Amino acid sequence: MRYIEPHGHMVSRTTDDYQDMVTAGCAAVCEPAFWAGFDRSSVDGFHDYFCQLTDYEPKRAAKFGLPHYSWLCINPKESEDVKLAQEVIGIIPQFIDRPNVLGIGEIGLNKNSRNEMKVLELHVDLAARTNSLILVHTPHLEDKLKGTRLILDVLRSDKRIQPERCIIDHVEEHTIGLVLDAGFWAGMTLYPESKCSPSRAVDMLDCFGHERIWMNSACDWGVSIPLAVPRTALEMRRRAWNADLVDKVIFRNPAQFMSQCPKFKLPQT
Amino acid sequence: MTRQQVLDQYFIETRHKLIDIAAFLDRADRAEGEADFRLDAFRTAIKELSGKKPGRAEKVLLAFSDPTTKPIAKAHGKGACGAWSAKG
Repeated sequence: MRYIEPHGHMVSRTTDDYQDMVTAGCAAVCEPAFWAGFDRSSVDGFHDYFCQLTDYEPKRAAKFGLPHYSWLCINPKESEDVKLAQEVIGIIPQFIDRPNVLGIGEIGLNKNSRNEMKVLELHVDLAARTNSLILVHTPHLEDKLKGTRLILDVLRSDKRIQPERCIIDHVEEHTIGLVLDAGFWAGMTLYPESKCSPSRAVDMLDCFGHERIWMNSACDWGVSIPLAVPRTALEMRRRAWNADLVDKVIFRNPAQFMSQCPKFKLPQT
Repeated sequence: MTRQQVLDQYFIETRHKLIDIAAFLDRADRAEGEADFRLDAFRTAIKELSGKKPGRAEKVLLAFSDPTTKPIAKAHGKGACGAWSAKG
């Protein structure tokens, strides 16, 4: 079995996790910029973080033979401070051409505030100006439905944005239809306590088909499982999915989306 | 999958989850003090389980969701609590 982890916050994980993922068949990992669990106090903190995502972490992954890609942004959880967000967005062009950077992400909304909307629009503008792919975080729990609708409104109102070059992540049963119907890609995040379980993810694949969908663990410093994608492949096998369809969902689909960025090289497996 | 296969694969683990829900409600009843809007939201969402039509997971998620459409003025904190209250 081979798979791509299209959304993993590897700076929060141990080398044991890298070993386990590669052993389970991981062929590439992609790391969106994330909130650190505390608010960074200045743009310099983000500069260092972007260096980590584009220089240090790819080297750490390479020690395990794993190609590492990244996405850059200021996370929606830190978007209430618009001035800081503007400064951070201002330094992203210094990093956007680095060889492992696929695009802008994970941008989006957290509590659906006006300032978060403003910062989302700034990120979308940057992605449009740099012809970058976009990875979008949708809010948690009770805020997800409203946030997903607002995000779709922002993306659709910018005529430069092509839906097939954007993935809207963390969809659940009440938002996946909105995302796919609008022509965007949908990401299902497999978490043990929130978002989506393996059985629910496969239910959604049964109901919504297998096109423009990927699955990820979004493993980070919180409760999360770095092997959630291969464990969901086991769930597919429990339901007698054939190997080719499993391969499409966990390897070829994310490869198809990310190959829209010429810097993404299809992993040799 | 046939319906029989679904039962064979998932009945025991789902039965386990259902009893966990019942035990949670019992625990909340035994506890002292006032509940907040989350318990009401939970009881409302549970009603969706007894519906006859498919889409129950979606309906449960919708029962917990903020139905409003305008951005809020300011984010106070970063977390979500799992249920929406009209009182904010």
